[in-house]
Amino acid sequence: MKLGTSKRAVAAAAATGVIWAALAGCAANEEQPSGEITPNSSGPAQAQLQGELNGAGASSQSAAQEAWRAGFVALQNGVTVNYDPVGSGDGRKQFTAGGIGFVGTDAPFSVEDAGGGHGSCAADSSLVEVPVYISPIAVAFNLEGIDSLNLAPNVIADIFTGKIANWNDAAIAADNPGVELPDLKISPVHRSDVSGTTGNFTDYLAATAPEAWTAGETEEWPQAGGEGAEKTQGMVQALTAGKGSIGYVDAGQARDLGWAAIKVGDEWAKPTAEGAAKAVAVSSLESGRGEGDVVYELNRATDAAGAYPLILVSYLAACEKYEDANTAELVSAYLKYVTSDEGQQAAAANAGSAPLTADAELSAKVSAAVERIGS
Amino acid sequence: MTATLTTGQPGPALAHDAAATLAASRPGLARRVKNRIATAAVVGAVALTAVPLALVIWAAVERGSARLDLTLFSHSMRGVVGQGGGLLHALTGTLLITAATAVIAIPLGISAAIYLTEYAGRARLASLTRRAVDIMVSIPSIVAGLAAYALFSLLFGPGTRSGLAGAAALAMIMIPVVVRSSEEVLRLVPGDLREAGLALGSPRWRVIRKIVLPTALPGLTAGAVLGVARIIGETAPLLLVAGFTDAMNYNLAEGRMATLPVFIYTQWSAKGLDTAAYDQRAWAGALVLMAVVVVLQLAARALPPQIAKIRRNR
Amino acid sequence: MKGAAIAVALVLVGVLVFLAVNGSPAFTAGEGELPAHAKNFLALAAPLAFGSLWVAVIALALAALPAVGVALAATIYAPAPRFGRFLGAVLDLLAAVPSVVFGLWGLMVLAPVMVPLYEWLHAHAGWLPFFSGEPSVTGRTVLTAGMVVAVMILPIMAAMCRESFALTPPALIEAAYALGATRWEMTRAAVLPVARSGIVAGGMLGLGRALGETMAVAMVLSATPDLISLNVISSENPSTIAAFIASTFPESTGSAVSALIGLGLVLFAISLVVSIAGRRIAKKGAAR
Repeated sequence: MKLGTSKRAVAAAAATGVIWAALAGCAANEEQPSGEITPNSSGPAQAQLQGELNGAGASSQSAAQEAWRAGFVALQNGVTVNYDPVGSGDGRKQFTAGGIGFVGTDAPFSVEDAGGGHGSCAADSSLVEVPVYISPIAVAFNLEGIDSLNLAPNVIADIFTGKIANWNDAAIAADNPGVELPDLKISPVHRSDVSGTTGNFTDYLAATAPEAWTAGETEEWPQAGGEGAEKTQGMVQALTAGKGSIGYVDAGQARDLGWAAIKVGDEWAKPTAEGAAKAVAVSSLESGRGEGDVVYELNRATDAAGAYPLILVSYLAACEKYEDANTAELVSAYLKYVTSDEGQQAAAANAGSAPLTADAELSAKVSAAVERIGS
Repeated sequence: MTATLTTGQPGPALAHDAAATLAASRPGLARRVKNRIATAAVVGAVALTAVPLALVIWAAVERGSARLDLTLFSHSMRGVVGQGGGLLHALTGTLLITAATAVIAIPLGISAAIYLTEYAGRARLASLTRRAVDIMVSIPSIVAGLAAYALFSLLFGPGTRSGLAGAAALAMIMIPVVVRSSEEVLRLVPGDLREAGLALGSPRWRVIRKIVLPTALPGLTAGAVLGVARIIGETAPLLLVAGFTDAMNYNLAEGRMATLPVFIYTQWSAKGLDTAAYDQRAWAGALVLMAVVVVLQLAARALPPQIAKIRRNR
Repeated sequence: MKGAAIAVALVLVGVLVFLAVNGSPAFTAGEGELPAHAKNFLALAAPLAFGSLWVAVIALALAALPAVGVALAATIYAPAPRFGRFLGAVLDLLAAVPSVVFGLWGLMVLAPVMVPLYEWLHAHAGWLPFFSGEPSVTGRTVLTAGMVVAVMILPIMAAMCRESFALTPPALIEAAYALGATRWEMTRAAVLPVARSGIVAGGMLGLGRALGETMAVAMVLSATPDLISLNVISSENPSTIAAFIASTFPESTGSAVSALIGLGLVLFAISLVVSIAGRRIAKKGAAR
């Protein structure tokens, strides 16, 4: 009788297989190139690579990774690049355990962990970490008829801790002469999932308004009240739907909302690509790291003109040396593409990020680090 | 609950109560009004059920139908930025993981049910198994996902994602459904049939194979289909252990595997700047997933009516 | 066969052991090691357990009467057997909608249209603790989440009720009509008492399913994980265990992961208690 059961199971599996084979067999966009390789029109001829490269990590990069993978595969059509947005922490864990070629992470490896001993690398390899995804975070709000407001860091902190509860509060009005502020309750919205965006936003507040914001830097909202929203899209949805709401969100995703100009030095700065890249460039490198480990200690409290220091900087981490020569070549080629102007522009077009190539000094540092891979 | 449940003593007692409450044989105005109100409430309940369903389907059609094109079924998301692309990889992943789950849960579930009905009698293992099944029914799906995550992390290193891990999580949800429904169906097979077979000198396994199983086959199949329908829309456990990819993956044992529910979720949660394209794909994916489940439900519905009893075990 | 039965039991033991081994470090973990900035595991689990039960109870309260009504419509009140079958198909279809789709719908369609209702409730019934405080401007409240979950558990509960109603002895129904009862009087005197345990068991089944609902709640609810509040229209709502696990898991490492697994164990225990209670009631009804 056991035979009967297993027969049926096999039949069921077979039937499923048939349905699925009939459905397609293989995705039309994934057919392997039939031997000949389409030469890419722009740029110098590149060596054509083969193989699969797996990465995982921060979900903040997923839209940018989508653009990079598509752009890279268009140049190297024998290669498959996968990126699983499992989250920064899980990504770093997988990289250390071994099995993935690179990891995208909002928080770089700590100085202790950056030294070595990563399962994905050759035994004596050190780490290469470069900022690849710089995204200005907009303090976005939904107020009818108002698409720009000046908000100082301590005002933003007071709004998110609930101390300032109405849009017509004197503290807001003081910085916004001539703007007719409505008598409307402020509904602050924060991310309810653990996120790098929250980490960067709270880091900014902790650095620029330490008296008003006492919770410090945390990737998990410190529950000072307000509305919680899941993921960037939950935030966008809440801000779009809620009259009088205010939140923090990747600027590229908040184009239909009002944006706050934040106070930098004595001027008011709005999120721009140039301002974001500039804010990285005026920051100093974190000390105690290897030459390929380009990690910035962001200077949130900068007063450099034109800088926009409320940014999310997400890194790609890879190895200097890999056990497998092909993997090394793939990672090297991929990171070169990602950090090239072409790659950065592709990410800007799909994810609204700030191209790091907008700042020559920053771009040079990153390129030098990427050159170390595989050597 | 069996069909013999209440015939007998409660009947007369209730009828007596009823006789006491109903003074006149022709309903008066107050009673007729009450009756009308009750009928209106029942109609209202039907509306309350049908309206959300209509709204959900309408939302999906309104926002997703624009993308119900051939590309959706012939393309994956590999190398796609913004517009275009399809969900073939997710559809394939859903079918593969569901098939793998069925291959684990159906033979195991039906075999356990056969043991419970045909062999166990009052054995201690039988009551132990029944209790285990009762407990497993109440495992929330996210907890099954966590358990599969812990198991596969232990076996294959931390953070392992694979289609098989997804199937393992879903099997934990599906096994008790199959055991329960199969047991109930097997119990409906008349004992006379078994005894007749045994009296003719057939060994027990032969009676089961030639008499019990063929009789119960439609019911067993319906139970299996309902078990599949129960798990095919699960999102949370797959998000945890099967991961996400934008390319085809036919290998259950290795690598991340996209599924329709996770596809819908990621299209919503991780968008590029052209948000409309992602939203349309998400809702189109919802339409496809609903269509797949409806086909399964229709298949279960087409089976003989006495089998419909097992529905409540879903 | 015997092997299969043992295997089924072993699967359960395996699940419990894995959860216990991986989750137990969290039970003794202190401040700084747990998610949601919790001081200890109890401080983390208690508000979330409250939230899970709160959402589930709201969903149950909203779904109970419609479920009984639909089940009546499909059986006693059905003008023709075909209508009953049609309603059954509608319910199956509703059960077939995946939870992530309900999440999208609840977030994008339902929540925004609930805002005026919440403002009205606050203005006219604000003296009740459920409606006091400022109403949410986005509609992503615990009541909205409860509504979405109610729609999701309605088909399960209705199926149980329908079956109990269908078991009413025809002799009882005819006796009631013979005595001149209206349809409603017949229903009250003959159908509902007999089916009572079935209705309660269906409710418990729905409650259990509501407790485990994950994605729809995570997407719809504006959650504050350490909050215990009875307010159902505010923008600050308690979170649920399942939703909290789903939204915290991806960025968690080390002791936070074991805390989430420990929370899974707590959720499992709660739904187990609910399901045992449901079975007790069903059995008591069957024995009657």
